[in-house]
Amino acid sequence: MSRNQLRGATAIVGVAESDLGDVGPDRYPIDLAAQASVRALTEAGLTTTDVDAVYAIAGGFMPNLSFGEYMGIRPRISGGTNIGGSSFLSHVYHAAMALEAGQCDVALIAYGSTPRADRQRKDPPPSLPEYPAYQAPYRPRDPVTGYALATARHMHQYGTTREQLADVAIAARDWARLNPVAFSHDKPALTREDVLASPMVSSPLTVRDCCLVTDGGGALVMTRADRARHLAAKPAYLLGAGEAHWHRQISQMPDLTVTAATESSARAYAMAGLGAGDIDVVQLYDAFTINTVMFLEDLGFCAKGEGGAFVGGGRIAPGGALPVNTNGGGLSYCHPGMYGIFTAIEAVRQLRGEAGARQVADAEIALCHGNGGQFSSQVTAILGVEAAL
Amino acid sequence: MFTELAPYRNFRDGLVAGQLRYMQCEGCNQPFFYPRVVCPHCGGTKLAWHTSAGEGAIYSLSTIGEGEASYIVALVDLDEGFRVMSNVESTGEAPAIGDRVRARAVEARETVPARIVFDLMGSAS
Repeated sequence: MSRNQLRGATAIVGVAESDLGDVGPDRYPIDLAAQASVRALTEAGLTTTDVDAVYAIAGGFMPNLSFGEYMGIRPRISGGTNIGGSSFLSHVYHAAMALEAGQCDVALIAYGSTPRADRQRKDPPPSLPEYPAYQAPYRPRDPVTGYALATARHMHQYGTTREQLADVAIAARDWARLNPVAFSHDKPALTREDVLASPMVSSPLTVRDCCLVTDGGGALVMTRADRARHLAAKPAYLLGAGEAHWHRQISQMPDLTVTAATESSARAYAMAGLGAGDIDVVQLYDAFTINTVMFLEDLGFCAKGEGGAFVGGGRIAPGGALPVNTNGGGLSYCHPGMYGIFTAIEAVRQLRGEAGARQVADAEIALCHGNGGQFSSQVTAILGVEAAL
Repeated sequence: MFTELAPYRNFRDGLVAGQLRYMQCEGCNQPFFYPRVVCPHCGGTKLAWHTSAGEGAIYSLSTIGEGEASYIVALVDLDEGFRVMSNVESTGEAPAIGDRVRARAVEARETVPARIVFDLMGSAS
């Protein structure tokens, strides 16, 4: 089989978060996206004047235009497709294609969102109903009910338990306690009892099975590999990427226990020439505890139906055999609504060896997985250090 | 002809008439829901409307909230071979995945549109 031309052709050369947590009513999504972008570009030794491709989601209608204008960037490639929380890994994939084809030289991927701040504003952004509305009259609590329905089905088919789901939240909290910028950094470790006794939101998911709601933004800078080697930060090469989506509304998902991550990961592994057994560290979109269980199955780390048992015994926690969501994840680090960009930020830091107390020893290959909608869009990206090329 | 090209309108007219309408492709013979102007299985555009007999089984469910104000959101697999989101409004025993259910029309009231909800078969509610 011939080597995929995208494998190792591009690299992420700058990553950054904006201020996270609760930024107050006077800061807006685009401010956070811009703040993170400047930090990421600075890390790479680049400026806004070097950027000629933009992929931004930062509030409002036509965010790529707002972001380009705000930053003073006049891109020749304009992306920013919104497929939910997996969007930014999709942008990584699409930017890699544009870079490799020579259609641009420096791609900037940016995100900002302020759900906590929005609650404090006198003029919160409007939330518009969507039509046709085949589900809304039955009052699902979006998005949690979609994931709750999948959870109930997974428990029914495979005997997955709420205690096993709690293990996911416990591991995420333990990682967050090692990450100084995690929202739950200073909170105590969780127990199964804590998770099970929390208020039920949409059964069988409690508050502690659900991600945080925080403000936050992030940015990624990409170039071709030849240029990446001469920039300030250690490059994280894109070894493989794949995407897939099969539905948007949960009632249209064919089998609630199997996601399109089965396809996105197969495509990413094929491009990279790697398999799940080669991955040193995993960053996946844990909007709810069931996500981690089902994605570890669909990404090939365990068989379908075995995810509940797989996450137990500290396997995915600090010191475990498979480090998952080493930043604390959406459950305990940061979740402004579209978490996917943070999977890549943390993966790059792990590959550079910059993750401090939560650093995974000898991390050379990282898998990032983004999810959007209600188990709807799935994007997998595999990153590696120079030695992995 | 005009209403056939307005799937949401035709569907909602069905709800007002107390019917759960779905579509079937005359090319590949597969049923589908929600109604649309193209078959999601084969791309066919020769489509027929049908009215469901309203019997099926719970594929999955979730209870939202706690106590008196709680309600059940369910995905129901109709016997004709399509799935809908709805509410199961049984007041008897707690519904479970796999339970047989039957559709019941609920008329529009104030701001709430006409709906089709489900009851457990054999339940007194």
